[in-house]
Amino acid sequence: MEKVILIRYGEIHLKGQNRPFFEKALHKNIIRALSGFPDIKVLKAQGRYYIEDFSDEAGVLDALTRVFGIVSMSPAVKTEKDFDMVARAAVKLMGAYLDRQGGDGQVTFKVESRRADKSFPMDSMTLSSKLGGRLLKAHDRLAVDVHYPQVTLNVEIREQAYIYIESIPGAGGMPVGTNGKAALLLSGGIDSPVAGYMIAKRGVELTAVHFHSFPFTSDRAKEKVIDLCKRLTRYCGTIRLHVVPFTKIQQELYEKCPDSQLTVLMRRFMMKIAERIAVKEGALALITGESIGQVASQTIESLAVTNEAVSMPVFRPLIGFDKLEIMEIAQKIGTYEVSILPYEDCCTIFTPKHPVTHPRLDRIKASELLVDGDALIQEAVDNTEVIVL
Amino acid sequence: MKLIYLDNAATTPVLNEVVEAVADCLRNYFGNPSSLHRLGIKSEKLIKEAAESLAAVLHVAADELIFTSGGTEANNMAILGTALARQRAGRHLITTAIEHPSVLRVFEHLEAQSFEVTYLPVDKSGLVSSDRLEKEIRPDTILVSIMHVNNEIGSIQPIEELGRIIKGANPNTVFHVDAIQSFGKLELYPRKWSVDLMSLSGHKIHGPKGIGALYIRKGVRLQPILFGGGQQRGYRSGTENLAGIAGLGVAAKFIRHELENRPVYLYELKNRLLSGLKDALPQAVINGSLESGAPHIVNIGFPGLKGEVVLHALEDEGVFVSTGSACSSRDRTVSHVLKAIGVDDRVAGGSIRVSTSYLTTMDEIDAFIRILASVVSRVEKYSRR
Repeated sequence: MEKVILIRYGEIHLKGQNRPFFEKALHKNIIRALSGFPDIKVLKAQGRYYIEDFSDEAGVLDALTRVFGIVSMSPAVKTEKDFDMVARAAVKLMGAYLDRQGGDGQVTFKVESRRADKSFPMDSMTLSSKLGGRLLKAHDRLAVDVHYPQVTLNVEIREQAYIYIESIPGAGGMPVGTNGKAALLLSGGIDSPVAGYMIAKRGVELTAVHFHSFPFTSDRAKEKVIDLCKRLTRYCGTIRLHVVPFTKIQQELYEKCPDSQLTVLMRRFMMKIAERIAVKEGALALITGESIGQVASQTIESLAVTNEAVSMPVFRPLIGFDKLEIMEIAQKIGTYEVSILPYEDCCTIFTPKHPVTHPRLDRIKASELLVDGDALIQEAVDNTEVIVL
Repeated sequence: MKLIYLDNAATTPVLNEVVEAVADCLRNYFGNPSSLHRLGIKSEKLIKEAAESLAAVLHVAADELIFTSGGTEANNMAILGTALARQRAGRHLITTAIEHPSVLRVFEHLEAQSFEVTYLPVDKSGLVSSDRLEKEIRPDTILVSIMHVNNEIGSIQPIEELGRIIKGANPNTVFHVDAIQSFGKLELYPRKWSVDLMSLSGHKIHGPKGIGALYIRKGVRLQPILFGGGQQRGYRSGTENLAGIAGLGVAAKFIRHELENRPVYLYELKNRLLSGLKDALPQAVINGSLESGAPHIVNIGFPGLKGEVVLHALEDEGVFVSTGSACSSRDRTVSHVLKAIGVDDRVAGGSIRVSTSYLTTMDEIDAFIRILASVVSRVEKYSRR
């Protein structure tokens, strides 16, 4: 009898021909997520993965909850395909479960068996009822209820016999790396890390772009973004963070363009630079944390003008979300407490007092001609610092 | 790029001699000072020597000093310890509006425990009025806590005069002085000044962080705030931070030497800085008073600029200072000290604090003025239209 963790994956079943590709990616991501556990084994079986040879079960389960593509997992015990051995394991597992529940009242249960290996001498009905009998005999508190049991004991007869009770939900989504790459505009606020998380969940690999305005923002703002990226890597693997020097562009815009347009102009420059970096990195889309109406630069008109700056698709997974909904996800994925550190946009010199909320594209484009945009963008891209996290 | 460090009121570079003393202590004095064997006695001796070096700076006896984890603990111990020990004699406390947070937060905590606290205002030079202090002292006033040199603007309170007034009005009132910024910069005479408790810190005088001291005049009652093995005569339990204490002792010897041999050096630096500013940056405003200020702290305001932007632009040129006031998107609070002396918000938001030490040179001051002038003219281009 040996402890294992059984991992189920869902959506990738749907992918027909591509299935081995998705499975391989998931396998790789599971191994990466468990790299902190020495000697651990990740085994592939029909429609399942098994984790073996670990001691810190809670730690392994926690790490697995951050792997996209996993639908659920169960801590299980593995025995040989022998009825007596299966029954002994089931009795013990149920005993441990009852102890955890505490009390001494009645607990209703049922046994659910699956026999993938048809050479096993009992069919699943027989196996279930015989196991049920053993359990009833061993634990006085148990009573059978096949319709609404409080607890279900599962038995799967496959390469070996697996017995388990609990099932823990996984992160869902698709394995990172199976749906290409996109560049995330990461500000250090609450929204953008959540946007990155949501797209990564669909199997997209992330590369990040941050705009740094030293000395108008402090180096702590940069450290904060590094910290946010590190938290995201727990879900989506290695991230190449591009830190773009943005001060000169802000200063030029400030000197030469109308004050009220500054934010929209800056955002267009950010999009153009991010697009350049995306192309270099082999990314096919941009990701932003924008949500309609949240601030002046996120009215539909502003979004349209910002969007027009680039030809790549721009993913805005938070577009219809309320701030509270976004904050909830940020808390769940552990980026919230970093995002609320007050180092970001400390000095609001470049934020207009009265920003345009309904910018007109022709006017914005006319303003852009007041600076040497191509040269500024090229210089910013050339001086970008890459940090691998 | 040569670095110019002008943030000595935040912390000071550690002297080589201090580093060596700390390392030597960690290597060769690992015995617990409370142990009965000779390793313990050897360690205990080291503490005594450090206490004596420190006592010499304050002109007090070595056994009137207790080592703490730093200035914050010394202030907490002085205020909480007095309030707890003397609460039956009264529940009224007096302090000023410009104290350090490690004093103000303690008083706020005591207010919540139904102590009554009077906060003395200060004038535009950052000084309390002795008349006002005299009026506020009552028979049930158990403690007055006043800082010697303010950490943001450098104002120096006339501690000797205030001590006389306190003891004249109520001889039972305990007088605590937070001398963390003046320690090593000004001569301190707690006995002569009728000071009962005085807080000190190691890392403001080129010593290690994590070590400080509290002077407790003989006969003053104080309830401990840390309980345990009864070390340091029961005032402060916990195995002593031997390496920190050794480092503090060496740093104390250094500042004793500087105070005796170069008593006006810091003032010379300050004069150079002020005259340089006047010539190169006539728009700069000095927060606090020029005459009554400490030799090592100058708070400079640039109306309409952001102090933090000036700070980061200076940092880019290898110059390190501090802001006069917090500036962040969520915490847009103006410094309570600048507010208390009536500095306009536009000036407060654009303030930096420059603080020197005995290691600062005249050349560095000259270079600083040059760099500051060019940084300010650059940043002024991007101030709010």
